[in-house]
Amino acid sequence: MPTGRTTAEAMLPPPALPRPWTAKRVAGYVIVAIWLAFFTGLAIYLYDAWRIDLFETYGPRYWSGLKTTLALVSISVLLGAVVSIPVAAGRMSKNRIFRGLAYAYVYFFRGTPLLAQTFLIYYGFGSFRPFLQEWGLWVFFRDAWNCAIFAFTLNTAAYQAEILRGAIKSVPIGQWEGAAALGLSKLVIFWKIIMPQALIVALRPYGNEIILLLKSSALVAIITVYDLMGETRRAYARTFDFQTYLWAAVIYLVIVEMLRNVWDRIERRLTRHLIR
Amino acid sequence: MEHYAALLSFGEGGWGKSIASGVLITVSLALATLPFGLLAGFFVALGKQSKEPSLRLAANIYTTIFRGLPELLTLFLVYFGAQIGLQKAIAMLGINATVEINSYAAGMLALGVVFSSYASEVFLSAFRAIPVGQYEAGYAIGLSNWLTMRKIVLPQLIRIALPGLANLWMVLLKDTSLISVIGLSDILRQTGVAARVTKEAFLFFGTACLLYLILAIISSFFITRIENWAYQSQNMGKERA
Repeated sequence: MPTGRTTAEAMLPPPALPRPWTAKRVAGYVIVAIWLAFFTGLAIYLYDAWRIDLFETYGPRYWSGLKTTLALVSISVLLGAVVSIPVAAGRMSKNRIFRGLAYAYVYFFRGTPLLAQTFLIYYGFGSFRPFLQEWGLWVFFRDAWNCAIFAFTLNTAAYQAEILRGAIKSVPIGQWEGAAALGLSKLVIFWKIIMPQALIVALRPYGNEIILLLKSSALVAIITVYDLMGETRRAYARTFDFQTYLWAAVIYLVIVEMLRNVWDRIERRLTRHLIR
Repeated sequence: MEHYAALLSFGEGGWGKSIASGVLITVSLALATLPFGLLAGFFVALGKQSKEPSLRLAANIYTTIFRGLPELLTLFLVYFGAQIGLQKAIAMLGINATVEINSYAAGMLALGVVFSSYASEVFLSAFRAIPVGQYEAGYAIGLSNWLTMRKIVLPQLIRIALPGLANLWMVLLKDTSLISVIGLSDILRQTGVAARVTKEAFLFFGTACLLYLILAIISSFFITRIENWAYQSQNMGKERA
């Protein structure tokens, strides 16, 4: 031991810095106290308002609404991923017509509200009823659920195409050239070298997109699909009890937070080779 | 074709006037929400990057809640919640009256709260992009906390945060369509009424989509101008060099 200190002395932590009661600290404590009071009030309100008959009637409905929401989101995310591939390819194509078409598609679906798109498909396609009937498509577009899936798929496909395009563009061109120098074919380069690197970049935006879509899925309640929001609105219309909305808020918050944490974990697991 | 043009015209039997008033409502709501949302977002970001853990906690609770709730649900919570809350408060004072919240105010509050929680994230990452040396240099030449913030940090902060904020503005513009649900006559509601009356749903909802697109295009024109303004000092430097 060159310093000649004993181990016990070396182990002693430095004394904590004094933490004075600055204005900032007081403000912070006050705001946290307000939040605490708010949550306690909420809990007391929900406890007081608890009625077993309401729970027995509406509990199963909320559950089925939740399943509808999750089904809607997962189906449209998956279908949207499929649709996004040709759109992203069109955005990066050398052909001007393909590029223009893909650009117009993406611009339209990202530039207009999802609610307006849903209305356009659900109510608007009714204007073409004779035409759709002739083609046998009316059966599909008559149903609110199908229209919701259709609108959500097209919408998320536009966003996902941009995510995919950005991710593929983020892979340096040297990766293409290096692989080509090794004599790999274009397809192999794309799937084995570019895609694995691009998807890691795309992971976080994809997670955000799923969360955004989950939140937007509440919109389908307006076109009479009974998802979680739809069941909530129905329950409120029958009981005029505000706790219906509060329970929906709690459920949505829990799901979004769960999704966020699960996605974080997936991301950490998939990028563990990048952490130094 | 003439039939459609007549339906969209501003004259007798045309829906142009009511749709134009809807555009006005949509734009004014978005514009009215913006300053409130920006200001609140800035303060929440200040809380999030504070050294005081309790302030950070309070700010994080705020963003977790309002980024996790669907915008539509936030709107309903504000609209019905404020109504019921005020009614109870008034009943406590001994007055029995039905309270009705202005749907415009409710929409402004709900959209502003959502906007501010997203804006705080944009501001936070902009704050983190500014090196600590900038603050230190400000203090070193004797500027106060406030002056350092205003003269040194803010001009850089705006430049870094601008693309993110522009994105949020577009989102806000689209989110205003939700207030049609609580009865405010914005673009979507006016076109919806026209669609129901005339049974030309595709025409009118297509018009609504086009109007939103036009608003987006106009916004991007102004955003480019604001960006040029924010970068003008740097561009001037380049020209001189």
